Amino acid sequence: MKKLMMALTIATSFAVAGAANAQEKLKVGFIYIGPPGDFGWTYQHDQGRKELEKALGDKVETTFLENVPEGADAERSIERLARAGNKLIFTTSFGYMDATIKVAQKFPDVKFEHATGYKTAENVAVYNSRFYEGRYVQGVIAAKMSTTGVAGYIGSFPIPEVVQGINSFMLGAQSVNPNFKIKIIWANSWFDPAKEADAAKALVDQGVDIITQHTDSTAPMQVAAERKIKAFGQASDMIKFGPETQLTSIVDNWGPYYIERAKAVLDGTWKTHNVFHGMHEGLVVMAPYTNMPDDVKKLAEETQAKITSGELKPFTGPIKKQDGSEWLKAGETADDKTILGMNFYVAGVDDKLPQ
Amino acid sequence: MMRIEIVKRPQHSALFSALSPFIALFLTLIAGAILFSILGKNPISALYSYFVEPLTEVWSIHELLVKAAPLILIAVGLSVCFLSNNWNIGAEGQLIAGGIAGSILPVMFPDLQGWYVLPIMLLLGMAGGMAYATIPAFLKVRFNTNEILTSLMLVYVAQLFLDWLVRGHWRNPQGYNFPETVQFNPSAILPEIWMASGRAHWGFILALVAAVLVWFMLSRTLNGYEIKVLGRSSRAGRFAGFSAGRLTFFAFLISGALAGLAGIAEVSGAVGQLRTSISPGYGFTAIIVAFLGRLNPLGIIAAGLVLALSYLGGEAAQISLGISEKSARIFQGIILFFVLASDTLIYYRIRIVSRAGDAVAKGA
Repeated sequence: MKKLMMALTIATSFAVAGAANAQEKLKVGFIYIGPPGDFGWTYQHDQGRKELEKALGDKVETTFLENVPEGADAERSIERLARAGNKLIFTTSFGYMDATIKVAQKFPDVKFEHATGYKTAENVAVYNSRFYEGRYVQGVIAAKMSTTGVAGYIGSFPIPEVVQGINSFMLGAQSVNPNFKIKIIWANSWFDPAKEADAAKALVDQGVDIITQHTDSTAPMQVAAERKIKAFGQASDMIKFGPETQLTSIVDNWGPYYIERAKAVLDGTWKTHNVFHGMHEGLVVMAPYTNMPDDVKKLAEETQAKITSGELKPFTGPIKKQDGSEWLKAGETADDKTILGMNFYVAGVDDKLPQ
Repeated sequence: MMRIEIVKRPQHSALFSALSPFIALFLTLIAGAILFSILGKNPISALYSYFVEPLTEVWSIHELLVKAAPLILIAVGLSVCFLSNNWNIGAEGQLIAGGIAGSILPVMFPDLQGWYVLPIMLLLGMAGGMAYATIPAFLKVRFNTNEILTSLMLVYVAQLFLDWLVRGHWRNPQGYNFPETVQFNPSAILPEIWMASGRAHWGFILALVAAVLVWFMLSRTLNGYEIKVLGRSSRAGRFAGFSAGRLTFFAFLISGALAGLAGIAEVSGAVGQLRTSISPGYGFTAIIVAFLGRLNPLGIIAAGLVLALSYLGGEAAQISLGISEKSARIFQGIILFFVLASDTLIYYRIRIVSRAGDAVAKGA
């Protein structure tokens, strides 16, 4: 037994030495909340990881851990990546925030990047995406396309990121049809195809003719395709799952950011920051506008162009809150702090925000 | 033309009883080697990263204890339930109830500091788990309801209640409206056992103490005898003057208290705040641990460590070999299959009955 252990130790140390000799590679680790095969949130992060590998070739080596639960397990998984020699680690879900901060204190020479959180440190940067910009375009399209004037919205959890999306979608729709309605169902999960499909069916039965989702599976798209209504994809281009159904999709384009940050570590120029990127920076990309008449497509493209150039900001007053009180005066725009902590609906949303 | 029967052995071999875990381990190694070879991975290094790598570093041993502590605590309590024929499937809910009750102090009175905070939290955690376990016990004794269903369904109630609390009244006011409570202050954190070397907290020591105490109670006291007698035959127990109803309460209270303790130890020691989910299903995994440990609290310590190792090993294999998380889970399943199969075959044997033999038997 002792001999076997010795042989194994020698064998593994050779394997490690062999890799190190080839070149001083930057090891980059990723922590995923779901499986890369979800075709949504984690899938897009994994696409970003692959783009990183492609762009920087043999200068980087990537590893990922999938299905890592938020909470006590996350801390161990992140620490394991740090101990395995990863010098840049992306933790790609909000719930990893405190675990990332804790591990970062133990590994001051490792750079950490936490997605969608708010706590930074000397070696912890935060990156976030203005997904809500894409939601506004979706809202515009929905109001143009819907004959019933009601869209269905499948939410994951009532956290600010999702509430931003609902409000932005609503404001986009109201810019076309002030009486537009949305029905919301909370799936209380990021990835639960069965639950998401049930939610989609319930919404169709209640008379919505367009579905949008803030959950990660393709199930709602597939239900919409079966029921012959239209839908928006989420996080990735889901056109394969609804060739005659998908109007467009908000595509999270993480690749360029991952490449930029890995390069910064390689050059020694990496610094912590807290960025909130959107269409302008190329983080939020819209999948091709399909299954809609040309005039709707044109309006969608114009809206997208205005948001990209900064001419249009979705949260610009006058906007009233759901209870009728004034949120933003005419011409006033919401600051990022309010957007990042959004916990109220705008007027017209017919749902009670779970508190 | 034959069928397969499983027949109880009249007597089982003590030798094979002792050897069974090793036979299972051996079979697992072979099956694992085949599985990893098919995946195109070197089976030796795969098995190495599974079973040896997590034990080669101090921090990783700490993590093993962090993972094993709640499993052992809960499984020890469940062994009392299962031995006495009370099928408590809802330890996950009792864990959550304990986590919530124990967090009352640090969440509602965050400025309260002092040596007394932690003991009160642990006691409240146990009380919370006990109170929650009383519900299925009461329903079983009073209305003869099926405790498997009631205890299981109460898990979902507890999960949703926690969700509601953390999103609402207990939400951290400075937390950008994310569903988390405030971080507990230092005097509400269960300390680490060996500071600086890793994350293992006193939850593991509590688990060991609980296991030894329950083992003593089961094997050396009248109470333990009562549990076993009533568990095997409630009729015989009644003749001996034991009360099945009282025992049901007793078993549920013990397992509820230990699950609640596991909950608050996890929240206070490993996480440091309440969140919408505080356990990756420890209450359910502990059922496997209890049976893997043959319902013996000392065996459960070993079983808890083995199961924790299989989680860590699966993660290590993902990194060092790029084995997917799914394959890692399949391998975990293979371990459990062989362990339980070996145990079963000690008590039962497989008999192949041919049709002809059957006919003869009928004729006679």
